[in-house]
Amino acid sequence: MIYQIVTSFIAAATFGVIFNAPKNSLLKCGIVGMVGWVLYYWLVYYQGFDQVVGTFLASFLIAIISQFFAKKFKTPMIIFSVAGIIPLVPGGLAYDAMRRFVENDYSVALPLAAKVFMISGAIAMGLVFSEVVNQIIKRSMATRQ
Amino acid sequence: MKNSHTDANAVVDVCLLAGKIMLQSGAETYRVEDTMMRIAASYGMEHSHSFVMPTGIIFSIDGLDPTKLVRITDRSTDLHKVAVVNSISRKISAGELTIKDAHQQFKQIETAHEVYPIWFQILAAALASGCFLIMFQGQWHDFFYAVIAGGLGYTCMVYFHDLVKIKFFAEFLASFVIGMTSFLFIWAGFGLELDKIIIGSVMPLVPGLLITNAVRDLMAGHLVSSLSKGAEAFLTAFAIGAGIAISIGFSF
Repeated sequence: MIYQIVTSFIAAATFGVIFNAPKNSLLKCGIVGMVGWVLYYWLVYYQGFDQVVGTFLASFLIAIISQFFAKKFKTPMIIFSVAGIIPLVPGGLAYDAMRRFVENDYSVALPLAAKVFMISGAIAMGLVFSEVVNQIIKRSMATRQ
Repeated sequence: MKNSHTDANAVVDVCLLAGKIMLQSGAETYRVEDTMMRIAASYGMEHSHSFVMPTGIIFSIDGLDPTKLVRITDRSTDLHKVAVVNSISRKISAGELTIKDAHQQFKQIETAHEVYPIWFQILAAALASGCFLIMFQGQWHDFFYAVIAGGLGYTCMVYFHDLVKIKFFAEFLASFVIGMTSFLFIWAGFGLELDKIIIGSVMPLVPGLLITNAVRDLMAGHLVSSLSKGAEAFLTAFAIGAGIAISIGFSF
């Protein structure tokens, strides 16, 4: 688990470098990526959750933290969320599916491809959900004032 | 200073320049539109309309003033510029900048270089590849090989993109190089798990920003730009997959 924490932090921060994120936000990119990945890892490998559910919850958390950072440091949210989302992208599964297709093993490849599609959808839904929650909170704050 | 013809022209110019920089640096469509309209509003043009697509921006102010269009041909990811434009537009909203100053500042960012030198980005991509190998249950034994394959792949990506200017082709070649390098490591008896090394080193090429942006735009109702960004992301993913698939085809 310690290795996972360290590597996910480094991976998210280095992705900040690849995307040319501002220097003072690299550390925060790393933190967002680390928290998201640790939640995903804990849910999937320790609690036995399905990958799709784990991805959804992790991307939801990432979006919430990114919004919090965006508001606090007055920078666009996208800077934090992008680096955090990257580890959740189902690159491994997509690779597996592609490889089965190349080996003419279609019956194994199709379920894998469907899973890739489901996980991408889960990432998207997590982001959308947090946005909706954010807007509801904003609106209720506005009406209260 | 309101509403004389030359003033309106200057405002439209500043707005378009800001929008252009943001769109070229990979900002979301709704943020580009929002920023342009905010700038216009703070210079006294309350009713402005903008139409932003990944390939161009149309901007107009109500009345007799001309509508202007800029074409966007080159798109990359530069979150630093997005953040800087954002902070300048905040200053404009607060009324701290005249049109002339704002124009000058935007011009300055437009020509600014990337924050990190290219060798540092390649190093970052290489390190990220190694870390992803561990995150995807790989063994520490393969860490070094993933770092080399990932670094080599990203270098190829940057180099080929300079050479041919067609992004998909550069991605295809880069992932092909990654596949072949990883295979050579296994073949020579250094690496242990081919799959894990390839997956880890391909990650820096994955179109994560495009996917995230496409979804957020779709949600905000920008159907045209979200679908075209989605198509771009799909093409990128396909290019990477095809490159890997061909290199696997060679190796079996």
